[in-house]
Amino acid sequence: MSEPVLAVRDLTKSFGALRALGPVSFALRGGERLGLIGPNGSGKTTLINCLSGTLRADDGRIWFAGRDVTNVLAFKRARMGLARSFQIPKPFVGMTVLENVLVPLDQIGDGSDHEARAMAILRSVRLDARAGDDAKRLSHLELRKLELARALVGAPKVLIADEAMAGLSEPEIDEILAILQRLSEAGVAVIMVEHIMHAVMRFSQRVICFETGQLIAEGTPQEVAEDPLVQKVYFGEPARH
Amino acid sequence: MKRQDVAFAAGAIVVLLMGFGAVHAVANPYFFFAGYVIVQYVVLATAWNILGGYAGYINFGPAALYGAGVYTSALLLKAFGAPLVVNIVAAGLVGMVLGLMMGYLTLRVQGVYFAIATIALVIMLETVVHNIEYLGGARGLALIAPEPPAWAVGRTQFVFLVLLAIAVMSVALARWIERSWIGRGLRALRASEEAAECAGVATLRLKLAACAVSGALLAVAGAPYIYYASYIDPGSAFSLTLGLNTIAMPLIGGTRSWAGPVIGALLLASVQQAATVTISSELNVLMVGLALIVFIAAAPDGLIGLAERLRRKMHA
Repeated sequence: MSEPVLAVRDLTKSFGALRALGPVSFALRGGERLGLIGPNGSGKTTLINCLSGTLRADDGRIWFAGRDVTNVLAFKRARMGLARSFQIPKPFVGMTVLENVLVPLDQIGDGSDHEARAMAILRSVRLDARAGDDAKRLSHLELRKLELARALVGAPKVLIADEAMAGLSEPEIDEILAILQRLSEAGVAVIMVEHIMHAVMRFSQRVICFETGQLIAEGTPQEVAEDPLVQKVYFGEPARH
Repeated sequence: MKRQDVAFAAGAIVVLLMGFGAVHAVANPYFFFAGYVIVQYVVLATAWNILGGYAGYINFGPAALYGAGVYTSALLLKAFGAPLVVNIVAAGLVGMVLGLMMGYLTLRVQGVYFAIATIALVIMLETVVHNIEYLGGARGLALIAPEPPAWAVGRTQFVFLVLLAIAVMSVALARWIERSWIGRGLRALRASEEAAECAGVATLRLKLAACAVSGALLAVAGAPYIYYASYIDPGSAFSLTLGLNTIAMPLIGGTRSWAGPVIGALLLASVQQAATVTISSELNVLMVGLALIVFIAAAPDGLIGLAERLRRKMHA
């Protein structure tokens, strides 16, 4: 079994008097497909923001690629290969689709032909035909793909896909799942944060479930789906007759 | 070098040669007196747009940086009789430091709060100059600039040519920034700082760089003014009207490309100069206000954005 590429120990985050997260501990192995589920307000987004560095955790440690990144800024984590997409797509409007992908490529600055690489990435998510269009003209599916394309640029070690399938139709979900599957096969560890359960169950090797900022269940998709606590969180107490 | 870069470089050389030729061909110095104001506006609009247009951080206090440039130059001229080129470099350094200080504001405040904070800088600097007797205080400061070089024909023509060269360099710098990774990074953070940061963009460093370059150019625009007018006072050096004009020009031309501020500046400054001579100098501010209302309502992306929209409609 491979070494953890991402590990979290006793991570906590509060907003005023509200404890939004933790303490939480878990690890993600290289190339692993991890499903992260939980109802709204369970702390998933807070965790993602702490992992990506856009929020600073109050306590606890985060290790990524063998390094303690707890106090490392978000842009440096991204350059190290910790990529994420956003629940609500955040395209760089006013820029073309190609330029959207060039932005993260610029930061690598390895002197290779950035435009050719950007086009290759766009082709891999079937967005190359829209390369010259302003990002604000993309459809919802295309915006989701653009988020993934941007995240793929730095050959990430970990991708956090934050509800990358929200609002999509079944064929579109399949298309995004296929992209994530290809990434996983290429060795990228993927954390799929999702409410679309059949997609999580199909994709994940392991699932963790959050409720009120705490990790309440962990195991194979089957084990977590059958966990009484998870069922209670999602379906409530059974009615008494 | 791409074909577009060659065309731009050729255009820049032609503009400089035309300026030099005009100085020798046109006898009436008034044209260069008015031309100085127009070219100054090109520098101001271009400088402002690097932060306000590319990065989306609206600086309402360009007059603070311009005024700092005016007074830095005047101070060095009065104290040491320093040559104009030294004063321009010094003004640029002062503007850069002030710009960096302004940049640190972006750590704490964004959007409208950043805009308000920048106005405070104008008031602070104006108050400081008001209280420095050596710089003339509220009375202002009159200085006789040294004789210009013989090739420049006269003093007005000389400062016009100097500012024209500064304008060409400013526009070239803005164009380079726009087309480089820096410009892409700035436009990305304008769209979403969080997404830009997660795409590996060092947003704080880029914002500081944009503030420093914008601040330096705004101050450089003010450096030759004492040679042009021989008199400065805090009210006109730190004028909020000048600040308003500086913001209006890129908004009229378009903030997303280097050409927008240039078009806006040439248009607004030329119309203002014409109105000053033919109707009334007080009409200027009214015209700027009206133009801003019309453009924000009808062409929020400026003239360049409007042209693009029309082109798309025609091809649709």
